[in-house]
Amino acid sequence: MRLFATRHPVWAAIIAVVAAILLWMIFAVWPDGLEDVIGRKKVFLNALFNGITLGGLYFLVASGFTLIFGLMRNVNLAHGSLYLLGGYVGYFAAEATGYWLLAFPVAFVVVGFFGILLQVLVFRRMEGEDLRQTLVTIGISIVVADLMLWGFGGDFYNITPPQWLSGPMDTFFVTAVKSSGEPVFMKYPMVRIVIFAASVVVGVAMWLALNKTRIGMMIRAGVDDRDMLSATGARIQIVFVGVFAFGAGLAGIAGVVGGTFQSIAPGEDIRFLLASLVVVIVGGMGSIPGAALGALLIGLAEQFGSVYFPTYAVVLTFLIMVVVLAFRPQGLLGRA
Amino acid sequence: MVAIDSPRTTTTDLRRRIASVPPAYWVLGILLLIIPAFASDFVMFQIMGWTFILGLIALSLMFLGGYGGMVSLAQMAFAGFAGYMVAIFGDSAISGISQGWPWWIVIPLALFLTVIFATAVGWLAVRTEGIYTIMITLAIAAAFFYFTRQNYELFNGFQGFNSVLPPELFGIDWRGPEAFYYLTMFWAVTGFGAVLYVSRAPFGLALQGVRDNPRRMAALGYNVTAHRVAAYAFAAVIAGIGGILLTWQSAQISPGTVGIQSAIDILVIAVIGGLRHPIGAFIGAFIFVLLKTFAVDVLIALGLGGERFQLLIGMGFLIIVFFSPDGLLGLWEKLKASRRRDPLTGGQR
Repeated sequence: MRLFATRHPVWAAIIAVVAAILLWMIFAVWPDGLEDVIGRKKVFLNALFNGITLGGLYFLVASGFTLIFGLMRNVNLAHGSLYLLGGYVGYFAAEATGYWLLAFPVAFVVVGFFGILLQVLVFRRMEGEDLRQTLVTIGISIVVADLMLWGFGGDFYNITPPQWLSGPMDTFFVTAVKSSGEPVFMKYPMVRIVIFAASVVVGVAMWLALNKTRIGMMIRAGVDDRDMLSATGARIQIVFVGVFAFGAGLAGIAGVVGGTFQSIAPGEDIRFLLASLVVVIVGGMGSIPGAALGALLIGLAEQFGSVYFPTYAVVLTFLIMVVVLAFRPQGLLGRA
Repeated sequence: MVAIDSPRTTTTDLRRRIASVPPAYWVLGILLLIIPAFASDFVMFQIMGWTFILGLIALSLMFLGGYGGMVSLAQMAFAGFAGYMVAIFGDSAISGISQGWPWWIVIPLALFLTVIFATAVGWLAVRTEGIYTIMITLAIAAAFFYFTRQNYELFNGFQGFNSVLPPELFGIDWRGPEAFYYLTMFWAVTGFGAVLYVSRAPFGLALQGVRDNPRRMAALGYNVTAHRVAAYAFAAVIAGIGGILLTWQSAQISPGTVGIQSAIDILVIAVIGGLRHPIGAFIGAFIFVLLKTFAVDVLIALGLGGERFQLLIGMGFLIIVFFSPDGLLGLWEKLKASRRRDPLTGGQR
């Protein structure tokens, strides 16, 4: 961070000022003038929280995608289908057993198993043929999408969180002050906060596993030079299968999260595939911190866009992507 | 089908060129010309017309992907953009937006704007390579789709434009089955010939060099980025013509036309046919149109229900790309090669 500050003093100053303004906007009680210009603070805080929690969901989807790409150079355009499949599996697991928490391991295992199938049957046969992998996974996603439409119908599925998670939670953010001088605190859905915390935990755990363990060392070595790693005697195919299963499993978990946050329906697969593409392009291919930064940016852009200029909210996220591409083609945290 | 000749060729030169056209082209050309004599209106307008149009759009993808090595999913967006421009500057039922300018301004203007749009997209897309290009063009296509759906001032939002009709030139109704058949065939043949010509012209050869080894071409003094962006611009003209014809055929343009599904359809068409030769785009389009038109009937006859059409297309696509990355043309080449081989010795027969 200090290196960044000495190298780019102007950018560091701009970032510091923006962060200060943001902190003030979050914690201070807004004066009337500001509320007249950009609306009530409650709306702003809600958009901020929604954006951050949506970013958490995007991170779960995109981190699997970027992990698989970073290690194996496999472009899995069926990643959105894995997300949707996870949502359906989680829904039926939660319905059948009555335990919401059980949906996560079931979705992880089932979708992870599909990931292994994909790796062994498809990607291993066409290693290094990028275009062919892309085309085959597009074909798979078309077929799987139609099979799921056949099996589950076109209805919206909603996974209901358990009692102890539903309902709002009091936060310590002041949204306004009543005329009696008593502060009004913001309420926010408990389940979204818990899920966001969980995705932060997943992200930190992934970072730790990648940077502090032996397996993580192997994966990082594989990202840098795959042939050299296998020449040193590491069983690289097993690492590949493991990473693929883990990345797919994360998409499955994200499906359960998405089904709880929002809903699961046909078409969501393409939406989340696009979202993870944009996140990964913005953050930088193959970089987990990049995926986190990209997910946060895109989630915030989507939510603030839908509050402050609703017509072009979707376009805004793509605009961010275009700007990043134009000035930093390798992504914000990607390596050139 | 086409003999590409410049006006300066002498008679003997011309004769030699005509003689060098493969016989298959003559057969195909004559067949295409006489189809209206026995085909029904439905076949001419829906099946053949649609084949030529989708083939043109897929041809632009084939040019970029086959000769430039850049698989772009934004070609449908370019086609749709041209269609939208024709609807906005020309005539449509949405009189509040459509300007109603004469066709001889509208069509060149639409194509010109499409080229500018595609050049901007291409300039962005060529900053990346390989799979990144696919992802970025897919994202751009999605952005264009969402933009047209949300924008009501210019693109009329969800509804789009209807009653976008071709001009009544020479007193002919160009949406009549025969006229539309010849119109689309003319542009398909022209596009095919143009791509074939460009692929052998210095620009096309340089582009193929850039595809095979960009660093060496740069060392030879070629501007790699400029060649790639120019390829986008050229492909956009073809896609734009296809898009305008598509708009005329269905007499409407709406966000559904430029959706992600259609962008992927174009990729499916180009890949099923094969990215090696321009004819592949039209072969793929013909198969796609036949499937799209008759699959429902076949599925119902098999007792599966017509809504499983997407499954059939996806399966077919999956099988073809899984076993032959070069599409049907690649399968054909393989078949020819295996027939030429002696089964016992493995040598050439």
